[in-house]
Amino acid sequence: MRALTSVYSVFVEAWAEFRVYRARVLMSIVGVAVAIMALTAIAAISAVSQQAVLEQIERGQGRSAMLNIQSPVTDKGEQIVDPGTFSEQIRGEFARYGIHYWSRQEGVAGMVEGLPPESSVSATLIDPSYATMFRTRVVDGSWFVDGDADRLVPGVVIDQGMWRALGSPDLRAHPVIHLLAPADVDAVVIGVVAGGDPRFGQLWMLYDAYQALHPVDANGQDQNVASWLAWVPPAHAAALKERLASDLSRLAGHGATTQIFQQDFQSQSGADPLIFPKIIGGAAAGLILLLGALGLLNISMVTVRARIREIGIRRSFGATAGRVFAGVMMESVVATAVAGVVGVMVAILALENPLVAGFLRQAGLQDVPAFPLSAAGLGMLVAVGVGALAGLLPALVAVRVKPIDAIRF
Amino acid sequence: MAILELEGVTRVVPIPDDEPLHILKGVDLVVDAAEHVSIVGRSGSGKSTLLNILGLLDEPSGGRLVFDGVPVERMSAAARDKRRGREVGFIFQQFNLLPGRTAVENVATPLLYAEPKRFWRRRRLALEMLDRVGLADRADGLPSRLSGGEQQRVAIARALVRDPRVILADEPTGALDVDTGRAVMELLDGVAHDTGAALVTITHDPDIAALADRRFRLDGGVLHPAPVEALR
Repeated sequence: MRALTSVYSVFVEAWAEFRVYRARVLMSIVGVAVAIMALTAIAAISAVSQQAVLEQIERGQGRSAMLNIQSPVTDKGEQIVDPGTFSEQIRGEFARYGIHYWSRQEGVAGMVEGLPPESSVSATLIDPSYATMFRTRVVDGSWFVDGDADRLVPGVVIDQGMWRALGSPDLRAHPVIHLLAPADVDAVVIGVVAGGDPRFGQLWMLYDAYQALHPVDANGQDQNVASWLAWVPPAHAAALKERLASDLSRLAGHGATTQIFQQDFQSQSGADPLIFPKIIGGAAAGLILLLGALGLLNISMVTVRARIREIGIRRSFGATAGRVFAGVMMESVVATAVAGVVGVMVAILALENPLVAGFLRQAGLQDVPAFPLSAAGLGMLVAVGVGALAGLLPALVAVRVKPIDAIRF
Repeated sequence: MAILELEGVTRVVPIPDDEPLHILKGVDLVVDAAEHVSIVGRSGSGKSTLLNILGLLDEPSGGRLVFDGVPVERMSAAARDKRRGREVGFIFQQFNLLPGRTAVENVATPLLYAEPKRFWRRRRLALEMLDRVGLADRADGLPSRLSGGEQQRVAIARALVRDPRVILADEPTGALDVDTGRAVMELLDGVAHDTGAALVTITHDPDIAALADRRFRLDGGVLHPAPVEALR
């Protein structure tokens, strides 16, 4: 009962202080709330920018973990399984291990009639899952779906650079272009992918659609042998890599080996590609927090000096040094905790609204990250920590002052 | 029975680059329960220092202070703080009411540090004490809206709200006019008498000092008994 009363009486005292000095307390709360809001917002923005960098990397190298599977070869480097058989074998393996996202990938030279002679075109033969695996962002029309390989006129997806070079045709009119390579054939443009340069066009065609135009011979003599890509959970990547290599080599027989490597950035050693957004975000947050803490400390120190006489009077009533210390600390910690809640909530409201999410998507971010709980937790932790640190010095000053000197202050 | 005993108490303050300042020079004093003692002296004679030592706000440099039978040097700082809150009531010349708090809140403030029984009844106890000093109708008034005499009566109520055994009044009428000062002093004397608390008053005013049972003069850090006629 005595301990409970002591704790409660500290709150009563702190509340009375708040009532009397509400302008000062609110000012300190506003300062810290703004700092915490900035800190939390920066942590969240840092997460968004890291996501943006990550997506940019994944557009080139594929999402993590991306396994690149080569056709089995003998120790002399000869392929011993024809592409058709290997296709059946590897699809069986994907089904066996529950790998839903896979695609062949084969780069070939392209040529499109009607483009300026100085422009070049590179074509990539893929499967429908490729867009998901490489975060390919379609800005007009659509990406390939299962069944598109059976179109009588093959579909192609081109980049915005080529689309502009072709005169920005309306996709609702199913524009037909004439390809000279990789096959001499008419093709329907079904989608446009963001980005690209008119001088270096990119187009994508389904591997199966291309194969229908250029079937691989039974001996696998086609010069263009596709890599098989599989997007697997990063936690299982190493195990799957080992199992797939073993299974495919065994299926090929004749002592063949299957090369599989992980091609996404997480498999690469060296510097963390997200280090810069992390450093910049952390430095900015730290600086803002430092300014907020210094502001709070300044206000706290001025306040304690102004309250020294009052502290002396309280000491004359029997307030112990511990009680005075707890009171001053409590005021600071409670104020910054409230400021932290306000700051975190404002940051969440500012970043977690449809307008911002819409803007980020428009800016090219596919997966707008949810407001990181870690940022909110960090904000609250830092708020209380700053309150304790900023309260420590004034509390020590309050305790060290002699009651008789304080009363005369 | 003695509530306060001072034996050869000295207080020396070191002065940088100078001789130490001897404020109190071997003060002997015994204050009994329910006794009223007054101490007069010129400014700088050490009156307030003596009062602060009696109230456990300051420590003597030498000699011995026994508070209610317990030598103070045996008490920890926290024990001194608690005993001061429990058994000493201070009244200051400048009232020292907490700004922004009403009269009843000021009177209830010492009860924030009291035992649970009193803490939970602090408003009622504060109102009773204000009633006792004739300020029940000004309970919700802020100090800035009260006259000097009313403020000092609030301060008296605050000093008495924990039923102290010793009341230490430092120039309690110093900031009041003569009539108001006398009225306040009579009130203080009466309430102290009713509650059985010892009252030690420090004053410049010989008339106020004359109200005490025993009177002393502090001169150059030395305490002398002073009959009424010697006060003037």
